[in-house]
Amino acid sequence: MSVCDTTTPKRPRWRAWLETDTPQSVRQASLQETWRKVLYFRSQPLGMIGLALLLLLLFVVVFAPLLATHNPIAQDLDARLLPPSAQYWLGTDHLGRDVYSRIVYGARTTLRIAVLVAIIVAPLGLVIGATAGYLGGIVDEILMRITDVFLAFPGLILALGFAAALGPGVDNAIIAIALTAWPPIARLARAEALTIRQADYIAAVRLQGASAARIIVRHVMPVCLPSVTVRVTLNMAGVILTAAGLGFLGLGAQPPWPEWGAMVAVGRQFMFDYPWVVAAPGLAIAAISLAFNLLGDALRDTLDPRIG
Amino acid sequence: MIELEVRDLTVAFGPERQRVRAVEDVSFAIARGACFGLVGESGCGKSTVLRVIAGLNRDYGGTVSLRGTPVPPRRDKAYYKRVQMVFQDPYGSLHPGKTVYSQIMGPMLVHKLAGAEQRVDRALEAVGLGTAFRFRYPHQLSGGQRQRVAIARALALEPEVLLLDEPTSALDVSVQAEILNLLADLREREGLTYLLVSHDLAVIAHLCEELAVMDRGRIVEALTRDQLVRGETKVDSTRRLLEASEELGEDRLPPEAPR
Repeated sequence: MSVCDTTTPKRPRWRAWLETDTPQSVRQASLQETWRKVLYFRSQPLGMIGLALLLLLLFVVVFAPLLATHNPIAQDLDARLLPPSAQYWLGTDHLGRDVYSRIVYGARTTLRIAVLVAIIVAPLGLVIGATAGYLGGIVDEILMRITDVFLAFPGLILALGFAAALGPGVDNAIIAIALTAWPPIARLARAEALTIRQADYIAAVRLQGASAARIIVRHVMPVCLPSVTVRVTLNMAGVILTAAGLGFLGLGAQPPWPEWGAMVAVGRQFMFDYPWVVAAPGLAIAAISLAFNLLGDALRDTLDPRIG
Repeated sequence: MIELEVRDLTVAFGPERQRVRAVEDVSFAIARGACFGLVGESGCGKSTVLRVIAGLNRDYGGTVSLRGTPVPPRRDKAYYKRVQMVFQDPYGSLHPGKTVYSQIMGPMLVHKLAGAEQRVDRALEAVGLGTAFRFRYPHQLSGGQRQRVAIARALALEPEVLLLDEPTSALDVSVQAEILNLLADLREREGLTYLLVSHDLAVIAHLCEELAVMDRGRIVEALTRDQLVRGETKVDSTRRLLEASEELGEDRLPPEAPR
């Protein structure tokens, strides 16, 4: 092992394939583009921390039965409000349920809400925003006024109304949150589309005789996608907090099934004497919200088209 | 035979009260296989004329005819199969998120043409880009290479008329000559008809046999290249353009016409 050893270790084949400057197919070229983004993302420590936290959350969700030390809904009234110990890692709540196991299982609810809301909100906002922005005129007016109506309500209040009307439960909470979360995405996509529609490369596509639908789907939406992705990621923190808020108010996940917001709500009564009941789920919510924010910031830098 | 004819073209912008006439009573005709130049200072309306012909501006008076048949303001797909355009700024005219291959493939998919892949290769070859460039993104190309891709995209549909909107003014001087020579070669090889818009008389003189000078929305003078090179002009706006061109160095005006 000499210091002045100049021979670089041989790159594996897949890496050479990803870094060659003469790609052989569109697929290879787009994978190369993704690879460049990955390399750039890896250079952002805060983004990596956010990603690591979210991967940890995913790990917990997948392996919840193996990670939990107790049954999350089994009550043991002899072991009420016990402090953290070797047996109950994060203590027990007022019904003697293990807080750690409840947090592990509660992660499933949280991730389910976050993922489903993102799946509903991102395409909806993207389609509405890109269509309104590109077509303009009367279509834009109608779509944006509808968006304004939804924007006029405070998110949590509208979600409350929907959850109350549709009945409490996680699925209804997801629908309620999604209904309040799409307008900012649509606004953002519209703003992007408004600038893109003036671009020469869109004029060039029009000059090929392409239909408006084709232009929106194949040319406008892909350009809007990075900023929408970033926005949705950053919104996830808010979504999780809204979900926790609904849970806190009793309109989210229903007892006895664990949900972080509901756990905080219950633990509130014992906050001063038995702080771990509130602290653990509260910290979990804070950590995951933070993780989504860190990831969103890093993604914004990574997906910026100016970074090639 | 007349390929493209514009008659009494008038374009106005703005609301009813303060309508501004950007183009007034512009008429010209281009023979098949010819190159016609439209010159003028910025804001004289020359680009507007081009955008009207391209169908990007549908609100106009007068007629545009292709081989003697007037075309409707809302152009159809068949029209775009025959008329294509190359934009001024190759940094803005290529989609940033698509490879060269996808950019040129786009029009083929719209028109559902057979043998699309071979057409892409042929178009790239025609503009002097090897197949090594096929799967690059625009940000991996130089300005000149981008403009070649934009020209290849326009050529891919094998059009009859190419509208050129200052195709070299966003490029380095050294690359400008390359692109102009490429355009001259292509016209000869593919039998294309050009309508070239520029503010630079040197560029016009390099490519076009005939030209019209525009000023404040009107055509003020029609000249042949020989008249232009000899400086035979009767109006001030042409003289101003000539002077501006000479200040940049007379040697940029080609001493003898190519072709």
